[in-house]
Amino acid sequence: MAEGVVFWLAAIASIGSAVFMFLARDAVRAALGLVMNLFALAVLFVLLDAHFLAAVQVIVYAGAIMVLFLFVIMLLGVDRADDLTERLKVQSWLAVPLVFGLVAITYLSVRGAAATTEFAGLDEANASGNVEGIGRLLFNEYLFPFEVTSLLLIVAAVGALVIGKRRRASRTDREDEDA
Amino acid sequence: MSFFQVQPSHFLGLAAILFATGTAAVLLRKNALRIFMGIELMLNAVNLTLVTFAKIHGGLDGQVLAFFVMVVAAAEVVVGLGIIVAIFRRKGRVPAGATAVDAASVDDVSALKG
Repeated sequence: MAEGVVFWLAAIASIGSAVFMFLARDAVRAALGLVMNLFALAVLFVLLDAHFLAAVQVIVYAGAIMVLFLFVIMLLGVDRADDLTERLKVQSWLAVPLVFGLVAITYLSVRGAAATTEFAGLDEANASGNVEGIGRLLFNEYLFPFEVTSLLLIVAAVGALVIGKRRRASRTDREDEDA
Repeated sequence: MSFFQVQPSHFLGLAAILFATGTAAVLLRKNALRIFMGIELMLNAVNLTLVTFAKIHGGLDGQVLAFFVMVVAAAEVVVGLGIIVAIFRRKGRVPAGATAVDAASVDDVSALKG
């Protein structure tokens, strides 16, 4: 019962904030909607016995990633109006029915696949704690993917550095910046 | 009351709705940052299904997979935002006489041609 109440509150909050993110006037409001959505998802993760992921969701997603988003939004200027002139009219006309079709298809497949299933529950897997269970899996069965992940992060960091680096100011570049 | 009895299909249906909202944001928004937020929303919807299936099957593998998705999303955000800032540096200047336009609009992706 209490679980159901928490679920429905979190579900309404997450859908509401997602729609707000979609409809919001400017990028800052959209980002705040997304933060709210990430918090609601963290609540749902707790309901699903994924305590470690709920903490990571708040710290990494709502903390680090969204701060990065807001940083870039502020860098690019918040006072600029959203450009609403549509140049690809066909796409926007097609997108609405396609999105509703996506909802219908996923809902039908979910109903077909999982309408009758019940939770097996994680009491056994979480017996010695959720963090310990994930750690055991991560450093035994998933050790190789985990190491590849470190490589991915290094490549991403170096790539961002290369993309973001200003070229040593040649004359043309300096003219560009002055203009 | 079955309405308050949380079933797996509730979580999966919620994830489907969130995914579709993210798709709508990707398809219908012009600002590259907001398209990016739509992608984040889609990734989070997928994470929700992964964690739900972890509980359905009674193992933690789904949660480990969701963890990997989060790591990849973090790397993707770093590179993606770097690209957006780089495009903005090239195209961000407002032409004289024009009103201020959305610098991050994806209509200007031809900037990537160099």
